[in-house]
Amino acid sequence: MSLIENRPLTVPAPNPALAAGLDEPLSVLHPDGSRHANELLDPHLGDVDEHALTDLYVDLSILRRIDAEAFALTRQGELLLWPPAQGQEAAQIGSGRALRDTDFVFGSYREHGLAYLRGVDQGEAMRVWKGVQQSGWDPMEHHLATPQIIIGAQSLHATGYAMGARMDGSDDVAVAYFGDGATSEGDVNEAMVFASAFQAPVIFVCQNNQYAISEPVAVQSGFPLALRPTGFGIPALRVDGNDVLAVLAATRIAVERARSGGGPTFIEAMTYRMGPHTSTDDPKRYRSEDEVASWREKDPIVRLERHLEQTGAPIARIREEAKIRCDAVAKELRAAVTAVSVPDHRTLFSNVYTTPTKRLERQLAEHDAFVASIEAAPGGHGDHA
Amino acid sequence: MTAVETDIQTLQLGKAIGAALHDALEADDKVFLMGEDIGQLGGVFRVTDGLQATFGPQRVIDSPLAESAIIGTAIGMAYRGYRPVVEIQFDGFIYPGFDQIVAQVAKLHYRTKGRVRMPLVIRVPYGGDIGSVEHHSESPESYFAHTAGLRVVTAATPQEAYSTLRAAIASDDPVLFFEPKSRYWSKGEVDRTIVRDLDTATVLVPGRDVTLATYGPVVQTALQAAEAAADEGIEIEVIDLRSISPLDVDTVVASVERTGRLVVAHEAPKEASVSSELVASVVERAFASLQAAPERVTAYDTPYPPSAFEESYLPSVDRILDAVDRALGRRHSRSATGSMAMQGGTR
Repeated sequence: MSLIENRPLTVPAPNPALAAGLDEPLSVLHPDGSRHANELLDPHLGDVDEHALTDLYVDLSILRRIDAEAFALTRQGELLLWPPAQGQEAAQIGSGRALRDTDFVFGSYREHGLAYLRGVDQGEAMRVWKGVQQSGWDPMEHHLATPQIIIGAQSLHATGYAMGARMDGSDDVAVAYFGDGATSEGDVNEAMVFASAFQAPVIFVCQNNQYAISEPVAVQSGFPLALRPTGFGIPALRVDGNDVLAVLAATRIAVERARSGGGPTFIEAMTYRMGPHTSTDDPKRYRSEDEVASWREKDPIVRLERHLEQTGAPIARIREEAKIRCDAVAKELRAAVTAVSVPDHRTLFSNVYTTPTKRLERQLAEHDAFVASIEAAPGGHGDHA
Repeated sequence: MTAVETDIQTLQLGKAIGAALHDALEADDKVFLMGEDIGQLGGVFRVTDGLQATFGPQRVIDSPLAESAIIGTAIGMAYRGYRPVVEIQFDGFIYPGFDQIVAQVAKLHYRTKGRVRMPLVIRVPYGGDIGSVEHHSESPESYFAHTAGLRVVTAATPQEAYSTLRAAIASDDPVLFFEPKSRYWSKGEVDRTIVRDLDTATVLVPGRDVTLATYGPVVQTALQAAEAAADEGIEIEVIDLRSISPLDVDTVVASVERTGRLVVAHEAPKEASVSSELVASVVERAFASLQAAPERVTAYDTPYPPSAFEESYLPSVDRILDAVDRALGRRHSRSATGSMAMQGGTR
């Protein structure tokens, strides 16, 4: 399939009409759990029954538990660092649940929910945060790129992947996850240029969690972030990111558009990072407790729980089921993290290239010789006299 | 051009690169080209001339003008199983793509313990001596040689250009291919069945007195210097390093063990350069063989100057011969130029 056959003949001007939800983020669940109609989203939620709601509730709960467990492990010295996702569970689970396994996800470093949904072993994933590995899973097996720390860089990878899928004639899509701060990066803007020019089947999921470390989103932009993609001719959906059903529906709309040759979509999921940027951050220096409390009222898990209760679902049993699953995940995660041993230092030379160069072989030999000389020295590890 | 022609042809270096791209596109449908102006125009140097007409706009892609995106989307394509060959139009335009090259392309294989391969080729027309304006004549290879995970190669002749580029495209490692743009129009024989390795230097001219190691556009200058020196009975062993990373120190050390003297030349500035690394490595490994301090002939540590200064800025036959004289302890030519310089002359 040609990459250029569907190129727009004219470059669209910035167009608020391309963005939905600019005045009020699209939603179907009120914070009190009640459901309201939304003509854009409702047609994409027809299959969401009690069983599906229960699954979503369990997913959200497990993600929160993974997050809490990992954060606790940093305090116990078991993990070096952790970037918490608390508060963003609906944005991650709702969007991730709209994808199929062959779609490829390119996330940042906070998308723990996507790793969970993609079947990544949580103990393996934690090896990154334990400091023994830089990728906690096989990206090709899980169709999930390795965590990306350079802000926004992955948006280009997702766009390129989508261009490739289109060249293959496949209806796979690619998804880039990034935050509000990333929308200021050149890479994200260049990704939108390429996505638009090549009508790439890519979905940009911007989790607007209101902060880039300490900088509030107002530092990045004086107008809704969802307006930006419209300048590239990319339609945007601005949704309540703490409403898992709204995020699910919006992502389904975007996926359907991408699969059917309709090109890229930008989703701005309005959410809030309840915790610090990472386990070493101190958010008290840049935001008030009142602000945090106001977002606690909009908690995505509490909202779904209230909704289940209002629809007559057996909430006590569901809660119990979720707790059992969460306990099991947490137990496994903790055991895996504490069992991680220091890797063989000789492997630091591995995989720099697909085949080792002479220079690296020489440096490995130097390393070995140095270690051997230390061990052989009086008082060294090898000195058993 | 239709099928791979096994007959030896005489081609300009730029055309030899075009032939390599053609043959690679034909051999593997996962290979595609992307860059600015490479399609309909055939590239600003016409290196990709005719390729879009032959292979179509989906395999020879004119991209929007964004270097970071050219590299970054190529990474995504590689994730999808493609083998992207992208062009950065000029050396001095590569910097907006720097992060994607050094933080992403270079590291993905390592980060993922070998599970994600990045078989990208980044073609970069580089070097000066074309009388152009700023940002069109630079030699940025050291930035990339300093980055683990990248292969950095050059070529000095049409045959080397063909054979090296084919090897680069076949490699599962990411390769920066620095094309000596001042030599694009130099002609030579090309055998399109030869594909070389990406690791080794080659001794172009054997000689007993001095080892002269260089690469890219300066190889031709070095060969001219060797010819001139031969007239005075001095044998210069000329080595084309070919690969800048990894650097084939073994070949240079073996030569220095015979000659006892080393001169390294390149167009890039001196500080923290390929010559810095090569001289240091040779001193580490062949100190006892050296009969004189190694000499370097490079650009000066200034920004690339207006082209009117190129004659003084770039390594020339005379500057190389001057360094050879110093390495040999021959004083006459140095004192001659020295006295000229005192009077304000350069030649």
